[in-house]
Amino acid sequence: MNRFFAFVKKEFFHILRDRRTLLILFGMPLAMVLLFGFALTNEIKNAKVAVLDFDHGQHSRQLTDRLLSSGYFQLTRNLTAYRDVEATFRQGHVKLVVIFPVGFTHDYAHGGKAQVQLLTDASEQNTAITLTNYATNIIQGYQADQNPSDARPSMQIEVQSQMVFNPELKGAFVFVPGVMSLVLLLVSALMTSITIAREKETGTMEVLMVSPLSQLQILFGKVLPYLLLSFINGCIIIALGVFLLGIPLNGSLLLLLSETLLFIFLSLSLGLLVSTLADTQLVAMFISMLVLLLPTIFLSGFLFPIDSMPRFLQIVSTIIPARYFIDIVKGIMIKGVGLADLWRPTLVLFLMATVLMAASLKNLKPRLN
Amino acid sequence: MKAVVTNKLTKKFGDFVATNEITFDVAQGEIFGFLGANGAGKTTAMRMLCGLLKPTSGEATVAGFDVYKQSEQIKQVIGYMSQKFSLYDDLTVRENIRFYGGIYGLNRTNLKAKSDAIIQQLGLGSVADKLTVSLPLGWKQRLAFSVALIHDPKVVFLDEPTGGVDPITRRQFWDMIYEAAHRGTTIFVTTHYMDEAEYCNRVSIMVDGRIKALDTPGALKQQFGTDSMDGVFQILARGTSTK
Repeated sequence: MNRFFAFVKKEFFHILRDRRTLLILFGMPLAMVLLFGFALTNEIKNAKVAVLDFDHGQHSRQLTDRLLSSGYFQLTRNLTAYRDVEATFRQGHVKLVVIFPVGFTHDYAHGGKAQVQLLTDASEQNTAITLTNYATNIIQGYQADQNPSDARPSMQIEVQSQMVFNPELKGAFVFVPGVMSLVLLLVSALMTSITIAREKETGTMEVLMVSPLSQLQILFGKVLPYLLLSFINGCIIIALGVFLLGIPLNGSLLLLLSETLLFIFLSLSLGLLVSTLADTQLVAMFISMLVLLLPTIFLSGFLFPIDSMPRFLQIVSTIIPARYFIDIVKGIMIKGVGLADLWRPTLVLFLMATVLMAASLKNLKPRLN
Repeated sequence: MKAVVTNKLTKKFGDFVATNEITFDVAQGEIFGFLGANGAGKTTAMRMLCGLLKPTSGEATVAGFDVYKQSEQIKQVIGYMSQKFSLYDDLTVRENIRFYGGIYGLNRTNLKAKSDAIIQQLGLGSVADKLTVSLPLGWKQRLAFSVALIHDPKVVFLDEPTGGVDPITRRQFWDMIYEAAHRGTTIFVTTHYMDEAEYCNRVSIMVDGRIKALDTPGALKQQFGTDSMDGVFQILARGTSTK
């Protein structure tokens, strides 16, 4: 056991003496959380809208006021005819046009059923979806105020179900679980594979293999410091999310930390697997980037919603571990659900981790020899 | 007891025979030179003896332990220094020594005594707490050698230990080798420097996976009718290339 600790101590020297490693370890999570949380948010403020009001009634005016006072929309023009709509969009400034048909107020007040049309500029697809969701939500809020009793709401507007837990579609809510899985993957998989490749490159791996240290001791000695550092990193990101970005932590912190550990373990197995394939640090880095990080960024649902991917990519995304982890983190932090609702993604992660760890241990023996 | 014994030790990689039925033995405390051109199979042979590679066939023992069944015991009693050394640049001199002592299971008091002894012996007192990266190459090599001996191994394997340094530094390194051999450590060394071959008690020369010659440097020179080991090596190497 003392031999093992001598080895782990050496690993900590490597990590703590390398400024670049330290920067990646602790600078990156901070930078990413801040960047994604504040700067790259897909939240929309002051989107330019135009209103085409054929109704000129009480309800159409009140609803327009409500939309404009929400802070998300800014009125640029009042249109008077249908033909203006296309021209307005073509100019490119207006992202949303709200159309109240003739008799809107009348239908609403007397028929209990009225229609409002939301036209969005779908050349910016994500913005269009977001704006539709915002507006729909505000209209529903108006409707709820108008129907103080439990009477069935009467306006016909489609509602997106995923907005239930994030009614304002706050960007940070979506990004933080994504950033977390990305950082953990980066630290655990990339750094582990690089540190093992470095020993191969410098020839010290050979010396370690000749020493009485067993292969498992060498591996776990490599993995243990990163397990610890990744876990600290995970905690930092959660804390930043909660205290800085105001993400709720509705579920159990213990469960969240356990799931984080599971994901770290999975990432470390991936790192070990990469290190069995890569003999130089450069190759280790490339494999990690191409095979692990890019798919995680693009296919995990972190940047692009899985539901709007082509069928083929949706299938590919099922093998991206981060996809399940993101679901779990969102589930625990935002929805506040427990293991009873999350056992499925948890099981998937667990199976993936087991298979990967077994594969890397199996693969490792002949390669190191 | 012989320090190293091999009998028809063979390693094949697919169809390629890297070492072909090599048979030799090395006495305790001997400095045994293992010569050969690149690709002649000397590294493969050494790796089998160190337990890094499983032989395809043949027999071998190191310090009396069988390379097939007792590789764990072998690891305890051998030291190893590769051509790339074995030191970590981002650790200090003292930390490197303590690390290797640690993984060979030295206890705390022993470890302290050993590190002090090595630092004093190599005259590294002033740089003991400096990062190893700042040391000159010759110093690193001598430190790596001392570290390879930290657990008092019975046999130490040196794989081209003196690459890239001048003859004077090489000479200093060999003084350390003689000292270790004098204390009873068996030295198994590969090299391409022919002046180093002269320093060995006995030399084997490998060509294309086989041992072509094995004797003391003096006897080999006599046998091949030349006055230097370089001459012996040239005759053997050219002999195969023209066949």
